[in-house]
Amino acid sequence: MRFDVVVVGAGPAGIAASVTSAREGRRVALVDDNLAAGGQIWRSGEALPRNAQKWIAALRSSEVLHLRGLQVFDHPAAGVILAERGEDCVALRYSKLILATGARELFLPFPGWTLPNVFGAGGLDAMARGGLPVAGKRVVVAGTGPLLLAVAAHLAARGAKIVAICEQAPLRRVVAFAGRMLKQPGKLLQGVGYGWGVRSKIHFSCWPVAAYGKTAIESVTLRKGKKQWTVFCDFLGCGFHLVPNTELAQLIGCQIDEGFVATDELQQTSVENVLCAGEPTGIGGVEMALIEGQIAGLAAVGAVEEARRLARRRRKMLGFVSALRKAYALDPELRRLAAENTIVCRCEDVAHGALREHRCWRDAKLQTRCGMGPCQGRVCGAATEFLFGWRADGVRPPVFPALVSSLAGANFVSGNSSEA
Amino acid sequence: MNQSWDVVVVGGGIVGAACARECASRGLKTAVVESGVVGGGATAAGMGHIVVMDDSPAQLALTHYSQSLWVALAEQMPDDVEFERCGTLWVAADDEEMDEVRHKQVVYAGAGVATEILDGDALAEEEPHLRRPMAGALLVPSDAVVYPPCAAAWMMREAVRAGATLCLPRRVVRAGQGCARLDDGSELHAARIVIACGADSMRLLPEIPVRKRKGHLVITDRYPGLVRHQLVELGYLKSAHSVTADSVAFNVQPRRTGQVLIGSSRQFGDEGTAVDHAILSAMLERAKLYLPEIGSCSAIRVWTGFRAATPDKLPLIGPWPGDETVFLATGHEGLGITTSLATGRLVADHLTEAKAEIPAEAYLPQRFYKRANAGFEGAAQESNAHA
Amino acid sequence: MPEGKLVVSLTVNGQPVSATPETTVAAAVLIAGGYTRASVSGEPRAPLCGMGICFECRVWIDGRQHQRSCQILCAPGMDVRTP
Repeated sequence: MRFDVVVVGAGPAGIAASVTSAREGRRVALVDDNLAAGGQIWRSGEALPRNAQKWIAALRSSEVLHLRGLQVFDHPAAGVILAERGEDCVALRYSKLILATGARELFLPFPGWTLPNVFGAGGLDAMARGGLPVAGKRVVVAGTGPLLLAVAAHLAARGAKIVAICEQAPLRRVVAFAGRMLKQPGKLLQGVGYGWGVRSKIHFSCWPVAAYGKTAIESVTLRKGKKQWTVFCDFLGCGFHLVPNTELAQLIGCQIDEGFVATDELQQTSVENVLCAGEPTGIGGVEMALIEGQIAGLAAVGAVEEARRLARRRRKMLGFVSALRKAYALDPELRRLAAENTIVCRCEDVAHGALREHRCWRDAKLQTRCGMGPCQGRVCGAATEFLFGWRADGVRPPVFPALVSSLAGANFVSGNSSEA
Repeated sequence: MNQSWDVVVVGGGIVGAACARECASRGLKTAVVESGVVGGGATAAGMGHIVVMDDSPAQLALTHYSQSLWVALAEQMPDDVEFERCGTLWVAADDEEMDEVRHKQVVYAGAGVATEILDGDALAEEEPHLRRPMAGALLVPSDAVVYPPCAAAWMMREAVRAGATLCLPRRVVRAGQGCARLDDGSELHAARIVIACGADSMRLLPEIPVRKRKGHLVITDRYPGLVRHQLVELGYLKSAHSVTADSVAFNVQPRRTGQVLIGSSRQFGDEGTAVDHAILSAMLERAKLYLPEIGSCSAIRVWTGFRAATPDKLPLIGPWPGDETVFLATGHEGLGITTSLATGRLVADHLTEAKAEIPAEAYLPQRFYKRANAGFEGAAQESNAHA
Repeated sequence: MPEGKLVVSLTVNGQPVSATPETTVAAAVLIAGGYTRASVSGEPRAPLCGMGICFECRVWIDGRQHQRSCQILCAPGMDVRTP
């Protein structure tokens, strides 16, 4: 299948990009591994914020071909990406490619974090939206970032009993951030404002130090300074803010600066015809993702003047990105959460003690199998970067596990002989 | 570190580690220089198949000798080396290849390697997921697999325990005249400098007849029991034999984890580490042809590596006639893991003037020096062997 | 199970489970009281990320291994297997 514009990722940035390009009359495909549009932040199953409804409606009424449940796994040559769904593999040819691959949560290992019913914060939210009943359940939400309050508020709305919200950042930094964001009320609403209903349970400078349970979590010990206490819970949602999904950009060869995809002001990456928008270029939240998506969507179809106009608006929002980063910067104490026998690599069950003696990611990977499992280091790679300062290896195809048949077909579908 | 050594080993892959282990254990003052991580180059890229190969009498002698050294050490090796005697099945697709099976059995028997011929039914029983019908196979029960990075690390720990010094991460920028100069400007002076850095050896000694031969491997998620032996098509011999063309062959390996390692490809002329989709595709199609179910297995990683290939498919083990302080332990092509232990022995035997347990003449770099004027390509045409 | 909603019936380790069509297989496995996989050292594991990147939610679905159950919706007659 051949398109003027292929957009990877159907979160806010990808929806905005695809709708914007399609409005200019281009043939656009939006490919995403999830089953519904919205990405993680606008995950379906619940009443969505008004701007989410607006954009999703715009997508539905557009000419964009929305390919759901397709996992992009390879970029065998310039102008083509490969995606898989079940046993089917398709080649999507593009003139312009917009990467809107979003972000994932940062998970930090602590004793007991591998117990069933310990999720990411966004992970628990996603599970609830995917049908996991939370009504009447005792829930602890922990980690860092504006997302925690949004998750707690959402779970409470579904009938969960929020036992505690543990924000690792100190109160003064969050307050300073909130104060700054008062100048941009939209931001505040999207972040801290979510939490009014559950805010009495918030603890700052606080995090889980251990989860306990026989076959699933039953209780969690929380620490705030020198104070330590244990609460009973059915679910723990714990995520330490976000890690950009840059693997596909890396595979394509896009320049990465300090962990993020480098772009110019029109969202153009270092690789010709490849643009990037949203969290992979910097963790900036929904508003930023929407505007970057629109810039990319316009730039991809040559509507440069309009794109530049939006880029000027975007520039004014950059303060939010750095304020967010500073407000929720991780406390170095969190490096001490993992004990000797705490699993760090969940795919291969590699414990902290086995990793500590290695001097770099590659050595640890080869000697312990850390990062060799199917998550390809998406969980432990980010964790060990924080714990040990390691940088993960370069990226090779497939950027997600793919069937051998799909990989074998990679040459066939990317050649001139056939269209998938 | 401007001091003097008996031996400086350049390269901390499995061959360098094996050389260091032997040298240090015989009392030689040994240093090893590694630019990355121990066992992180071709060692990590290889399959870890401990295999007796019969392409030439010299290759048979070296692989058989080295395999016996692996077996002798099996008890001492830590668990993470994953030494498993799963055996090799050389799979014959048709009657012509079955003739080759019978011939191969005679050759192996001549070297004292016990084998067993399986007919099609017996093969199907041993490996129920192979495509049917197959003509049969030659089972080499003594062949094994290891996890090479941990094997190299273990050998290196043994070397250090025996007194060797590991310099890492340091790159050797120049080697010769009894001196290895490192990238930090320091110099290691030594009676002998053992060049054991595989396909990187040509960077230090451009005149040695070694070329990079690129390979691809794919590993799947865990599918315990899908394959039980290392499975290699007999056509592999034809494929690996060619010293010019790109080729692929069916060559899959069961890992202790239940994962399946899928090979293999051979390419000259491509010195980039990027995955070549055309050859990857051909390799996987070949695997599917023999093992149809592999197509619906989830592949989690693909990687590439470089074999150090010589024109006659035999390694370069011995003094380099161009510089009496330089000693080579490279050019193992696809057999570096198998022959690492034998290489370590031969190197240490030579340096300590001990008698080698197998004739070492066939591996001496001298064989190329004599006809240096013929050049590498000329040498390649004269050769009829493979690895 | 909310009333008045469409329901699909599937089995988790042979036990019947009812779910809405919007329910992920991962949620159905937890509703059934199980976990999704045994880790390589035998620990019970359940979903972590809920978005298809951690691979903790891998289960057998209709005879196929290593299916990411958080990215797959329940379907009538689905046969889900976990350790």
